[in-house]
Amino acid sequence: MELSYFAIIIGAIFVNNVVFAQFLGICPFLGVSSKVDTSLGMGAAVTFVMALSSIVAWLIQEYILVPLSIEYMQTIVFILVIAALVQMVEIVLKKVSPALYQALGIFLPLITTNCAVLGVAILMIQKEFDLLQSFAYSVSTALGFALALVLFAGIRERLELDGVPAALKGVPIALITAAILAMAFMGFSGLV
Amino acid sequence: MNKFKIITDGILKNNPTFVLVLGMCPTLGTTTSAINGMGMGVATMAVLIMSNMVISLIKNLIPDKVRIPAFIVVIASFVTIIEMLMQAYVPSLYAALGVFIPLIVVNCIILGRAEAFASKHGVFDSLLDGIGIGLGFTIALTIVGAVRELLGSGAVFGYSLGIADYMPLVFVLAPGAFLVLGYLMVLFNKLAKR
Repeated sequence: MELSYFAIIIGAIFVNNVVFAQFLGICPFLGVSSKVDTSLGMGAAVTFVMALSSIVAWLIQEYILVPLSIEYMQTIVFILVIAALVQMVEIVLKKVSPALYQALGIFLPLITTNCAVLGVAILMIQKEFDLLQSFAYSVSTALGFALALVLFAGIRERLELDGVPAALKGVPIALITAAILAMAFMGFSGLV
Repeated sequence: MNKFKIITDGILKNNPTFVLVLGMCPTLGTTTSAINGMGMGVATMAVLIMSNMVISLIKNLIPDKVRIPAFIVVIASFVTIIEMLMQAYVPSLYAALGVFIPLIVVNCIILGRAEAFASKHGVFDSLLDGIGIGLGFTIALTIVGAVRELLGSGAVFGYSLGIADYMPLVFVLAPGAFLVLGYLMVLFNKLAKR
């Protein structure tokens, strides 16, 4: 598939936003997005892990799974790689950059179960991207995730102060808010 | 423990979608129609039942420290099996669900039940828990799918009612997923409180 980098990046951030159009990473989206600064931290951690895991997953697919023609092992291998990678990132960050670890540390264990990370790895293989395209795709998907998270956190901070009916409190009102945001994001469709 | 109660708990008191709010991604992403929602629910239930049983069988063999990775490998193996079976026998459903089939691996319901139930109970109870939670998930997904299908494309389980032109298409698109699930959750909360 021939796609310009511009199309990949704009497409992944706005048009096919990972949260509002592809429904990946909804759990952290609903769980972490109650404050703007924790959302920024989570967004940064996801960007870091997603960029790293997409490169590793691409290399594994290209140089191990395809030559041995065991592509059906993709799901098992990718999830193990991501889980191991998250652990390693945690250990390395702790040693190398305690400041960054302080900022991202608490979000890292949560990322293994973020389906957006595995989803992006599988989707970029499906779309037959080369290594650089995969990198651009994963980073911009993660940026789209961070954008959704921060936008949503801003709204939820306001929502805390408003009188929400008892039955709607918590997840239901969050979902309904997300619906309106998703409608706004539909305005981007057809952009690329 | 009452065997029957394990199943009904999974459907009502611990309903994975409406009460525990787990596994939101497939709930929103695959419920464009009742059939798709049901297909996703059944696929997840199959993985859940088998992984629950295997994990409760091998729970004493796994060292506590590598518990989670071991669970993930068991789950991923069953997901791969289901993926291959669906590709072979229901290719159209396989195409419709797309990336969400491999993503059953990271569905928090399955790992959650492995950790919270199967690693502490016997094989038969784990089987029942898998059936209960799986049914709860399947029913929830089918309801969400049916509501979206009816409101968005004016059809019930694929049978068109001939009113598609009057229905707002937005319900089968992304915003409709959030909206329908949000309001169904409100309804479930209201009914459960009674």
